[in-house]
Amino acid sequence: MATHKSSRITVALMLFLFLNSFSSFAQLETDEVVDEEFNPTEMIMHHISDSHGWHFFGEGEDAVTLPLPVILWTDSGIVTFMSSAFHHDTEGEYVVEADGRKFVNYHEKIYMLDEGEEALQFDEASHAALNADRPFDISLTKNVASMLITAILMILLFTSLAKHYKKSKKAPKGFTNILETLVIFVRDEIAKPQIGEKKFMKFMPFLLTVFFFIWISNLMGLLPGAANVTGNISITVALGLFTLALILVNANKDYWQHVFWMPGIPTFVKPILAIVEILGVFIKPIALMIRLFANITAGHIIILSLIGLIFILETAGVAAISVPFALFITVLELLVAFLQAFIFTMLSALFIGMAVQEHEHH
Amino acid sequence: MELLHVGIAALGAGLAVLGAGIGVGKIGGSAMEAIARQPEASGKIQTAMIIAAALVEGVALFGVVAALLGVLTT
Repeated sequence: MATHKSSRITVALMLFLFLNSFSSFAQLETDEVVDEEFNPTEMIMHHISDSHGWHFFGEGEDAVTLPLPVILWTDSGIVTFMSSAFHHDTEGEYVVEADGRKFVNYHEKIYMLDEGEEALQFDEASHAALNADRPFDISLTKNVASMLITAILMILLFTSLAKHYKKSKKAPKGFTNILETLVIFVRDEIAKPQIGEKKFMKFMPFLLTVFFFIWISNLMGLLPGAANVTGNISITVALGLFTLALILVNANKDYWQHVFWMPGIPTFVKPILAIVEILGVFIKPIALMIRLFANITAGHIIILSLIGLIFILETAGVAAISVPFALFITVLELLVAFLQAFIFTMLSALFIGMAVQEHEHH
Repeated sequence: MELLHVGIAALGAGLAVLGAGIGVGKIGGSAMEAIARQPEASGKIQTAMIIAAALVEGVALFGVVAALLGVLTT
């Protein structure tokens, strides 16, 4: 029975991965019909960057897009309208009127036209709009929507796990058991060895949240037509800042002494080492943030480039090689999705552990 | 000019990958030897190996990001 079940799961997984390759395939095909000349850089950037509507497939007026709210903070208060008001236009041609002001979407950046202006004038050389301002954009974009889905998913999963422990003392069954295994993995393999027996419980909520948020976001990013959340530098900056804040708030006297006035070395070296150590405090979270961003972005670019090869070389025969290879990379990305969540949590725990550990005084 | 930019960016990405390849290879090789010598410590060795490999890979990805910026901003 058990082998039966697992083989069915395997078949379902394979089918899903094939569908995944084909969906990017379909997107590309329609891309090419519109643009006579295929531009791989443009196609890849379109797929990995954030946008105001959730685009699934199709091009131009036939595009299937989930409209998302656009929320803008202008000098005359908050202006909101749905992204469908732009009619899939990202070239700044379609003008939307809201609250008496005119807005255009130019390359996924929203510009507010000056009073009395009818169309956007954009200076390509200086990358600046001549007759428009950029209002403060707090829109619910594709990435924000995807993060909200991840958050809801996490709340549902972990409240069900917590409820189970309230009801009974027995080990949970089925899917909740998998969750328990992962929580224990984070506790015993990441938090305890890096932070130490005494203090690790205080940091468990952060480590668990970061681990599951990154992992689920990474996995969701691999779904066809999904947002590239952890491959967005702003999101990884925020995650890195959380770790930095935790280190700065929780660091003990020993840690600061090691940063500013390292004990046990000649005095003339101390100021030089202090500069290096102060830089190190900030380089640690920066490295964390770039590692996650670059890993996930690189994975997406590789898959898209492999599929893009078919259109660059304009031969269908290339598909016989590049589609299986893209499939292979997609499977590899499943591993990378877990590994990057693990590495981020592990290094966060390591840095926090360095800041809170007690030194033995000799 | 365009070709020069792209060429230099590609060269940079290639060099970064070369360095990371040597680094990760050495880490993996040493970990393999260590596990062969002490199979009972394989869990600990694997964790340490993954951390070291991630640090090396991080540097390589800095190179890749810099190369990407070189291509995309021209």
